[in-house]
Amino acid sequence: MHKQTVAQLMRGLRDKQFSSQELTSSLLQRIEQLDGQYNSFLTVSKDQALAMAKAADAQLASGNAGPLTGIPIAHKDVFCTQGVRTSCASRMLDNFIPPYDATVVRQLNEAGTVMLGKTNMDEFAMGSSNESSYYGAVSNPWGSTLVPGGSSGGSAAAIAAGLTPAATGTDTGGSIRQPAAFCGITGLKPTYGRVSRLGMVAYASSLDQAGPMARSAEDCALLLNAMAGHDPLDSTSAARAVPDYCADLNRPLEGLRIGLPKEYFGDGLDSTTAACIESALKELEQQGATLVEVSLAHANLTIPTYYIVAPAEASTNLSRFDGVRYGHRCDAPSDLDDLYTRSREEGFGDEVKLRILVGTYALSAGYYEAYYRKAQQARRLIKDDFMNSFQQVDIIAGPTTPGPAFALGSKNNDPVSMYLEDIYTLAVNLAGLPAMSLPAGLVEGKPVGLQLIGQHFDESRLLNVAHRFQQATNWHNLTPDSITGADL
Amino acid sequence: MQWETVIGLEVHLQLATKSKIFSGSATTFGAEANTQASAVDLAMPGMLPVLNEQAVRYAVMFGLGIGAKIGRRSVFDRKNYFYPDLPKGYQISQFSDPIVGEGSFEIQLEDGSSRTIGITRAHLEEDAGKSLHEDFHDQTGIDLNRAGTPLLEIVSEPDIRSAEEAVAYLKALHSLVTYLEISDGNMAEGSMRCDINISLRPAGSTTLGTRAEIKNVNSFRFVEKAIQYEIERQSDILEDGGQIVQETRLYDADRNETRSMRSKEVANDYRYFPEPDLLPIVLDEDYIEALREALPELPREKRERFITQYELSPYDAGVLSAHRALADYFETTASKAGDAKIAANWVQGELLGRLNRDELEISDCPVPAENLAQLIQRILDNSISGKIAKQVFDAMWSGEGDADSIIEARGLKQVSDSGALEAMVDSVIADNQAQVEQYLAADENKRKKLVGFFVGQVMKLSKGQANPQMVNQLLAKKLV
Repeated sequence: MHKQTVAQLMRGLRDKQFSSQELTSSLLQRIEQLDGQYNSFLTVSKDQALAMAKAADAQLASGNAGPLTGIPIAHKDVFCTQGVRTSCASRMLDNFIPPYDATVVRQLNEAGTVMLGKTNMDEFAMGSSNESSYYGAVSNPWGSTLVPGGSSGGSAAAIAAGLTPAATGTDTGGSIRQPAAFCGITGLKPTYGRVSRLGMVAYASSLDQAGPMARSAEDCALLLNAMAGHDPLDSTSAARAVPDYCADLNRPLEGLRIGLPKEYFGDGLDSTTAACIESALKELEQQGATLVEVSLAHANLTIPTYYIVAPAEASTNLSRFDGVRYGHRCDAPSDLDDLYTRSREEGFGDEVKLRILVGTYALSAGYYEAYYRKAQQARRLIKDDFMNSFQQVDIIAGPTTPGPAFALGSKNNDPVSMYLEDIYTLAVNLAGLPAMSLPAGLVEGKPVGLQLIGQHFDESRLLNVAHRFQQATNWHNLTPDSITGADL
Repeated sequence: MQWETVIGLEVHLQLATKSKIFSGSATTFGAEANTQASAVDLAMPGMLPVLNEQAVRYAVMFGLGIGAKIGRRSVFDRKNYFYPDLPKGYQISQFSDPIVGEGSFEIQLEDGSSRTIGITRAHLEEDAGKSLHEDFHDQTGIDLNRAGTPLLEIVSEPDIRSAEEAVAYLKALHSLVTYLEISDGNMAEGSMRCDINISLRPAGSTTLGTRAEIKNVNSFRFVEKAIQYEIERQSDILEDGGQIVQETRLYDADRNETRSMRSKEVANDYRYFPEPDLLPIVLDEDYIEALREALPELPREKRERFITQYELSPYDAGVLSAHRALADYFETTASKAGDAKIAANWVQGELLGRLNRDELEISDCPVPAENLAQLIQRILDNSISGKIAKQVFDAMWSGEGDADSIIEARGLKQVSDSGALEAMVDSVIADNQAQVEQYLAADENKRKKLVGFFVGQVMKLSKGQANPQMVNQLLAKKLV
């Protein structure tokens, strides 16, 4: 059961092979037995899960069930969940129990999914290795010494370890796609505005986007159907009809034009990873797609631009964590400054502090023009590169990351080399585009992700291409145990 | 040396929306602390602002009311600073692209002259909450009811030259916004708060002196006093050869002085940048034109109409048009009574006098315009004299009913019965033979003065109710 996709579990529930309660119980048991080694869950909401599963079974029995009724999922701990602690993997919110659900959580609840718990992540979604979590690192089911990627590392690891068939994630600069690539699963970052941000603790408001993580493109489509849509309480969410993302999954790829940015295949890309990507592209070519070289000429501006824009927004988004109304408050503050200083000093970890400092600096009088304003201009250029490429091609493809999962602790003291991990994913967020990562091979037993980038609101096309690829390949069905002999 | 005062005002106007600018919480004044604060107002994690369109509409109406450029694309910015009553750690405001651009504004001064004051800009922003230092021993309480209340910050050019002009400007602004019904203009409840930027320079100089900013003054009178105090303080310093420190000062009404709060050298760097949680406000021509069409008659237009339509003096027209409710009261009275001039006299004289005496607003006036009109009609149709009318008005003021019922109940109707009047005239003539002789001996000019005595006696005898015109006619006939 724990290796099945959401689509398979849906059939099992419908055909009464098992109930949602049985499925949920078995996964809760697996989490209890196995997650000690992964640390992928921060909170397991066992009682709620069993109650939700029971309600789902009743709905299934009554014949009123929706497609996702009874399907267990996990939520990244960045999404507020009513009555269930939402920590953002930060000491700052260690004690925070939201009185409301994020819109994404509410919509998935309404679709009948069963919440198993909340997954580990980089603190406030800041990181590429899940090592900045206040609750400790997550280990990658493909190798206990490997990072799962970040920031949605807990969600990716939990799926790879067979603890949940699907999870929510958020992606500000690659936080869904990079851990999906490292953990050998499929993840989708939708178009900015496609999914509501309400109730999702903000990192960088103009970049953050929630999306599904699962074992297949089809599963991502099923989840996105429930997650997408306009939210009147999020002014940046798009007032645009939501298509059925499953409708076009099987569309043939004949005539599809795939752009390959030459900047994504140059120096810095690990050669064995490159080989995996090239053979994946050949598969798509065999299905009738044509490969076209394109140029994203300003790709070299991506990292500096992102590391101005994101920290700038983060520095003010995190100002609300001041020890006054909720969250961590230092003991016995002597005055207001002491309250602020110590609450924030104690509540935030190093990576968060680093980004707040960088962002504050970039917005300061005298530096704004040189940094923030310039970054906005560069952002426009980066977006224009994509728009120009999409004049020639339907989607863009390339590697998700420069190489497979790296070792825990190997980049902790070198922020720049850590930031370089996101070199192929950041630009998508700056341009607001949808993108996916799907398993495309193994390098020394470690998964490699193929990244597909689509035009604004063209998630259907990405899911279609990914699904066709997965129909013809087996990479997404590989599990760590079959390769590494891990205890799954 | 002669010093010229240069003043610019920043007015924070609370817009009269039912809910807050970025959340659905109510904006009612005076509710129990923190009962009007939602998850958005508390800046709970993951909460997002949603713009209240009514606030946009009100801001545009204000812009149209002062003939300003309306920002076709205006942007919200975050103004970052830490304070316990600012839950997000930033205030959502507008910095580089405000919704209302340059405009101007005519003010009337007491001497009948007028001046035009430039408006630099007006922008939308949210109010902060309140820190409560009383009632909490050694602690501070936070009330977030006010957090997120929509404000329009209206910034004037440094065109104001005196305390009198500043007050005239604020009164004209108050008049405009209450005409537009975009704010209740209630200064006591903080609906209109004023920051005063003030500097002095040698008369004739065109460069600006160093200014002080007096924060958060909340009544016309305090604005006047704070400016007067500050002019004196600054001129004393300058006369002694000193330098004005650029700083923020606070006006203490109890001591009638301004005190230094903080100097600008250590002022915050607010790190403004565009608010990523909100889209820019984009306004099209149709939207703006529709609001322009729907604008009510504004104070200046009404004043001019009063001058031409009712032949009022500019001063009277100014007084009567200053408040929309008063203007409406006057117009109702005038049209029902059928005589605008008498209506104007009554509204400005008796009515405003009593409102002032009892510290009432026109909206609390105990005498409806219809009743005042009826009273005026009774004067016009000679049912009562002007003098009696004042008695009747007093009775109406204390709630005894309308004019007719009071006249009836108190038997105040003017005596116009010629038989009764003739008897009274005869009796006065009989009782005052000496005066009659004096009258008869006098020449035409003196007689005109002396006849008043007899009229007075008849009025006294009739308890003021005799028709004076008829009494005059009868006396002219009898005193021969």
